[in-house]
Order: sequence, then structure tokens, then C-alpha cells
Amino acid sequence: MKSLLVRRSVDFTMTVLCGIALLAALIPLTSVLWLVVSRGISGMNLAFWTHLPAPVGETGGGVGNAILGTLYIVAIASLLGVPLGVGAGVYLAEKGDGPFGDVVRFTAEVLSGVPSIVVGLVAYGLVVLPMRRFSALAGGVALAVLMVPTLARSTEELVRLVPRTLREASLALGIPEWKTSLRVVLRTALPGIVTAILLAVARASGETAPLLFTSLNNQYWNFRADQPTASLTVQIFNYAVSPYEDWHGKAWAAALVLLVVVGALSLLARFLARSRLR
Amino acid sequence: MMTETKFVTTMPPVRRAQHTTHEPATARTQAALPETEEPALPATVQAVQQKIEVQKLQAWFRNVHALRDVSLSVPKNTVLAIIGPSGCGKSTFVRCINRMHELVPGARQSGRILVDGKDLHARGVDPVDLRRRVGMVFQRPNPFPTLSIYDNVIAGLKLNGIGGNHQEIAERSLRQAALWDEVKDRLQSSALSLSGGQQQRLCIARALAVGPDVLLMDEPASALDPIATAKIEELIHELRQHLTIVIVTHNLQQAARVADSTAFFYMGELIEHGATEQIFTNPREPRTEDYVTGKFG
Repeated sequence: MKSLLVRRSVDFTMTVLCGIALLAALIPLTSVLWLVVSRGISGMNLAFWTHLPAPVGETGGGVGNAILGTLYIVAIASLLGVPLGVGAGVYLAEKGDGPFGDVVRFTAEVLSGVPSIVVGLVAYGLVVLPMRRFSALAGGVALAVLMVPTLARSTEELVRLVPRTLREASLALGIPEWKTSLRVVLRTALPGIVTAILLAVARASGETAPLLFTSLNNQYWNFRADQPTASLTVQIFNYAVSPYEDWHGKAWAAALVLLVVVGALSLLARFLARSRLR
Repeated sequence: MMTETKFVTTMPPVRRAQHTTHEPATARTQAALPETEEPALPATVQAVQQKIEVQKLQAWFRNVHALRDVSLSVPKNTVLAIIGPSGCGKSTFVRCINRMHELVPGARQSGRILVDGKDLHARGVDPVDLRRRVGMVFQRPNPFPTLSIYDNVIAGLKLNGIGGNHQEIAERSLRQAALWDEVKDRLQSSALSLSGGQQQRLCIARALAVGPDVLLMDEPASALDPIATAKIEELIHELRQHLTIVIVTHNLQQAARVADSTAFFYMGELIEHGATEQIFTNPREPRTEDYVTGKFG
């Protein structure tokens, strides 16, 4: 047996090493947060949230249309991606034990590893080219393709967590299998699935690359799915690469807005996950 | 054994039925069933409908032969207890009766099961309809965690789209399950707020609400304390007035207390089936005797 001194010093060293690792991980995170908040906060005012971008050379204006556009595109993406992703996940959990399920699972894994700009290209080919115009719909499709694989896999895990006894209880009451899947199993897994959906939505709203050549951008308010639409991420990109100091400030402010939105979604997801566990 | 009704001797006024005929599980048990061992009591002979008739039932899980050539029958409104050591096929047996066995991947079965004289696997028999007539209560209480007490009871009606006065049915089922007085003031609280014993009675109420005439109970009291167990057993005594009950149990005293007839399973075989008294006091098979006297199992 080692002496007390040796054990204590090993314990101390390991604790210090772990602490250093923690700090190293926190430094980039906090510095990003600090940078975005400190540079973005000055650009924050009501006009920034509600106004259209100012023309080149003028100061003032806002990114109201981009905030709305992001919400709009993400809503389209959720409308397409959530039913598909959750449905695929339920299928994998309930019926996916055969070779076809393995193929679907493998495809989902490959798909979730595809770079988002490639997904953007696919949406460009699928939607933009046939429609002959950039559109919110194309952006939504691209983001939906990004949401589906992760959503499918997490839904599958969550549905599999529902105890078998519960499904048996339902079947033994003479409730048909499809109703058991939807009304009992899915219902029981729902809080977790909602959390997974929120995280997928948060991730999708932070994407830039797939939107660059799908929804493109728009200097004006747009409420039509078949028109180019502004989004916060693309707006940040455009402002950031511009030569104007004022636009750089706007990019920081827009980044802060995005950070707040994504952070709020993640917090909400956390909160829901915790309240599920009681 | 192929007829829907058969002659059964009963000992009045007790409702306990003594079978004059046994469908033997093996040739060996057949040899061990001499006619003379039937009770020479002043028995009235009457036609009693066999609620459940199982004929040469075999069941497998992939390569595991879980049930070997099991044949027995359960008269209407009686309680059959199934005893035997773990892994002897008791649960598989009851799960065949409501066609839950076939839901397990790799499960197979052969032989016939008749409920009310109708083959469960006949063409046109919908397992979903069957399960409304043959209810089941599981080993561990499994109420729906997201539903209230009230919604749990009527879940079967609601999800099946069965109409009727749900409130009345819920109250009646809860009264039948001897739970009404304990929950009538908090029907809207979560089913998980109940104790284990209450949850199990809630599951019984839930099964009763769909109006079955057979109730399968797979070790319904094994996760419960003695007081809750006593309540469940009392309940079985009440329910047998209008239900045919098959109960799997590890607890031999429980079988002796609640059952009209008892079947002893061992390694997937039906070793012996007879009146409960006879199984416990005068078993014909040495293996049954060894089990009920606690020599193994």
C-alpha cells in the first residue's frame, strides 16, 4: 500500500490537471462570448431589431428583415424536417431491427457527417435550379436535410427508452399497434423529443453555408416562400466581409442576436429536459 | 376435448370444479391418471362451458422450446393458478392466450387455443379484438405515466374509440378493483402518485374497463408487499364471479388461497393439472410433490 503522502500528492496533481483542462476549454468559449457581447452591445437599439438595413454609405438601419427571415426559414425547415425526422426515428425504434433499418440508420449517420455546404449544394440542385430562383423554401429544405438525421437518431434513442411494459400494457388493452406507437409510446417520449427538436432548431438557425446559395439574401421584408430571403447568418457574413466600419459593428450586433436566440432555445431545451426528470 | 362443452363434476355448494377428464401433457402423466382417483363425492354432473381450452400448445423463442405439448382447459368463472419454477414457461403460456407471445421477435407456436370454443388463430380473429376480451395484468404495475388516474382507467376505451359513459365505467371499474375509495378525491392526479399496490389495482381497473371476460394475471403480486398482496387476492375472489382468471404465481400459498384448479409447469411441460386441493395435498406426480413441498424450485 502506498503511503498517505503519495496518494494525497497524486490526488492533488490530478485535481490540478483537471482544473487546467477545464480552464483551457472555457477560455475560448468565454472569450467568444465576451467579444460578441462587448462589440455587439453598442449596436443594439430598437431600430436594429425593427428596421431594414440602411443603404450603403448611410448609417443607422437594422436587421429586422433578417431576424424575421431566419425565423421564417427555420419555420419552413421545422415544418419539413421535424415530422420526417421524428417519424423516421419512431420507425427505427419500432420496426428498424431488420436490414432495412440498418440501412436507414447508416444513411442517417453518413448524412449527419456531410458538410453543411454540401447540403446547401444539394438544395440548390433540388429546389433553386428547378424553380430558377433563390427562395426561403430552398433554404428551408437545406436546413431540414440537416435536421432530419440527428433528429431521427435522437428520437430513436428516446423511443427505445420507453419501457416495453408500457407498450405491452397498451397492446393488452386491445389498442392497435399503430395507436400504441403514437398515443402511448410517442406520448411518453414526447418531452424528450421536444428537447431534441429544440436543439435541432437551434443548430439549424446558426447555419450559414447552406443558406448562401439557397435563400441568398434580401434587402427588404419578405413573406413569400418563393422569394430570396434575408437571414441573420448570411447578413452577418455579408456585413463582416464588407469594407465598412459601420457594417462590421452591425455584424457583431447581429451575432449577439443570434447568440441570444440560440442560447434561449438551448436553455428552454435544458429546462424541459429537467422538468421531465422532475 | 374437441367439444365446446364437457361434463364436469362439481361439489355443491362449492364452486370448485373437479375435472373428470384431463388432457394429459405426456404419455407419462396419462399413465399417472387412473380413473379411480376421481373423487367419489355426491357430485352433480352438469355441462359446464370450458372458457379456455388449450390443445397441444407448443411455443418457441427462436431456438428455445418454451412450451412442450401443453393441453388443459379452464371452466367458465373459475380461477386457474399456474405454478412452477422460473423459466418453466408459465408467462409464455398466459401470453399465448391473448396472443401477446407472437409479438416477440422470433416467437413461434403450434397447437390450438380456444376461447369460448373459438380458435384464437382462426381466420378472421383479430388479435386486437381478442385482447379486449382477454385482459392482462402484468408482473410490475405499469400505469401510463403521462396520464391521470382517471385517464388511465379509461385509456382502453378512449384509445379504442369505444363510447359509453366513461365516468360511470371508470367508477365501476375502480370499485371492482377496490380502489375507488382511495382515489375518488384525486382522480386527476398522476397515476405515479399512487403506491405500488394501488398502481397494480389501477392496472386491474384499467383492464376491467374494456369489459373482458377473461383476465390473465402474470405474477400480479410479486412486486407488492403482503398487505397489497392480500388486497389483490381478495379482489380475485370478487372478480371470479363474472370472470375467468388465469394467474401465474411464484407463491404457492397464493395459488392455494385463490385458485380452483392449479397447473404445475416444469421445463416447459405441463406436469400436472387438477383441483387445487388435490395438487397441494395429494399430487399424483412425484415432481409436483417435490415442488409443492419445497424440495426444489
